[in-house]
Parts: sequence; C-alpha cells; structure tokens
Amino acid sequence: MGQMIKVGMADLKVCKAPDNLTTIGLGSCIGIAMYDPVSKVTGLAHIMLPDSTAIRANSNIAKFADTGIQKLLDDMIKAGASKARIKAKIAGGAKMFDVGNSNMINVGERNAIASREKLKKLGIPLIAEDCGKNFGRTVEIYSESGEFLIKAVGRDTYKI
Amino acid sequence: MSEKLSLEEINQKYPDVLREIGNIGAGNATTAIASMLSLRMNMSVPSVEFLPVEEMSTALGSEDAVIAGIMLGVSGDIGGSMMFLLDLPSAKNLANHMMSMMGGPPIAEEDFLDEEKSMMARSAIQEIGNIIAGAYLNAIASMTNLTITPTPPFVAFDTAASILSVPAIIFGSEGDNALLIRTEIDDEAIDERIRGYYFLMPEGDSYQKILSSLGLPV
Repeated sequence: MGQMIKVGMADLKVCKAPDNLTTIGLGSCIGIAMYDPVSKVTGLAHIMLPDSTAIRANSNIAKFADTGIQKLLDDMIKAGASKARIKAKIAGGAKMFDVGNSNMINVGERNAIASREKLKKLGIPLIAEDCGKNFGRTVEIYSESGEFLIKAVGRDTYKI
Repeated sequence: MSEKLSLEEINQKYPDVLREIGNIGAGNATTAIASMLSLRMNMSVPSVEFLPVEEMSTALGSEDAVIAGIMLGVSGDIGGSMMFLLDLPSAKNLANHMMSMMGGPPIAEEDFLDEEKSMMARSAIQEIGNIIAGAYLNAIASMTNLTITPTPPFVAFDTAASILSVPAIIFGSEGDNALLIRTEIDDEAIDERIRGYYFLMPEGDSYQKILSSLGLPV
C-alpha cells in the first residue's frame, strides 16, 4: 500500500504509484487530477482562482487555474509522465453560499470554466468532472487506476 | 480618489483600527445574542490576526471538521460581505438554546449533517446569524455614521476547508492575507463555551470609507 499524500489549498503535488494524492474540502476551489495510466505518474492541484493575470498578488502559481495546471503538467513530465497519455478529471467549484450581490460569489463556476479552458489549450483530455452545486468535496486520486474518489458531508462517496 | 490601500497597508498605518472595529462589532453582537437567548455571557477580548490565505483551511482547527458558516452581503455606503463561523458544538449549543425557547426538541450534533433533520436547526442558526451579523454591522454603522445594510443570511454546514475556501478566495483575490477575528463567549450559568469567528470582507474602497469616516486620513 502506498501513501496518501495531502495537497493543501493553493498547492499542487505529483506522485507515482503506489502513492496516491488527496485534497480536503474543495469548496469553490477546483481539484484538478491528472494521471498517466502507463507510467502511473499522477498529479493533483487545488486552485483557488481562475486567472493569475487578473490579480496583483500572484506569486503563488498553484493558486490559479492557468498557472497551476501548467506547473502540474510540467512537474508530471519531469517525473516521467508522457504528455500524450495524460488525462484529467476535475471536481469542486461549488457555490457554497447563495449570496447574489458580488461577482466573487460565482468564482466556483469561473474556476471550473478556467480549468476546462486551460486543459483544452494544453490538449489534455478532460474525461470526467463533478463541479458546481452547493456542497464541499474531498477528493482522492488513485495512481494505479486513475479513479477519482469524491466525498461530501452527508452524501455517499462516489467515484468518477 | 486615493490609491486603494491593501489590508496590510491599513494595518501598518493604523495598527489599532482594525482591532477596534473587530472589538466593537463583536462586543455588540455578543450582547445582542446574549439578550435574545437570556444568557449570562462573558466575552473574551477578540483577537484579530492576519493569516496567509493558503493557511485558512486550518484556521479553525481540523480542515475536515464540519462547521457552520453564515454569510451575508453588505450594501449601502460600503459594499462587500461578512461571514460568521461557529464550530459544530457551538452551533449546536446556540441552536438548542433557541429551540428550547421556542419549545422545540433539542438537536444532536450529527443531525446537523442531515439536511432534513436539521431544517429547524438550520433556520435557528440562520436567525442567530441574522442577529449577530446585524448587531455587528450596526456597531460599525453607528461608529462611522455610514449606512450599512445587510442582505438576508445564508447558512452552510460543511467541512471547514470548503466553507473557508469562500473567504480565502475573496481575500486571495485582493492580496495574500486574510483578516480573521476570533471571539470566545463563555456562558456563566451552564459552563458552556461558544467559539465564533468573523471575517469582514469590504469590497473596493469600502475600507477607505470606513477609515475616512472615522476621521483618519487615507
């Protein structure tokens, strides 16, 4: 049995089977899991915001969909993954509170859109996703199978 | 209009002002909730701290512990939002005080996780959030002579990390740090402790307006 390695908020990590990756409590943030089924190199990013170019405080590249996904891909290739084989799954981007008077509130949806766009631009197929709604998600990506497990409070665990 | 000050710059220029806004708001909120629930409460001096947004998911303790989050928008002379957070034991204690006043049955902690069972508890927490946030904002409004109107509150019970992602994103889109106000309220009679946390998230030049209306040059 490998280790379950934790990825924090605005953080990203890469591992190899038998190790696996998890991130806890994706609210409006997005968890981007990428894996290479042959080399079993796997990566997980926990991004908070869609666009690093829109913000002054952008020194942490793992905080943003655009720069975070790029870095995750680069790190995976360095660890032995082949770009042509890498597939992606994403989860999160919830609207935790239905407050309507601020454009920050829809940031979950904007995070999901930005993540899909960045993956498309990089040519990484997005093969499954579970985004939106109004609840937080804890996710686990398994390097051996590419299974992406999603846990939420008061709901059954499911995988995509 | 002057260049927008960051939270860090405001804190550097006027180190006591953010603390004082935290104190006065939290003090007023505690008095309001104590009088509504007829409790004898002691409030500790609120602590006001800056923390990097990356560390927010653990600001209240375990990141996967379920907490109650109450969020509302603010409009009027200033704009933005505020949040009031309670750990689950505190939410349960407050909700049960309210339920017993209304003659309802007490709620167990695990019932909060079940959407159907927790309907009453959720609306109790929503009402408590309404009173707390209203009192908090009233204190700031009367201190500054600004008109501050809250929207109705929204309640979520979820993992701390999920709920805290919301203020983390709002603060994170402006800078690297969040401003957290912690309060602890002790109920003298029943030896109960209620831990509450506030995030004030003024938008745009709202902080400047608050500082100017306090007579501070920005």
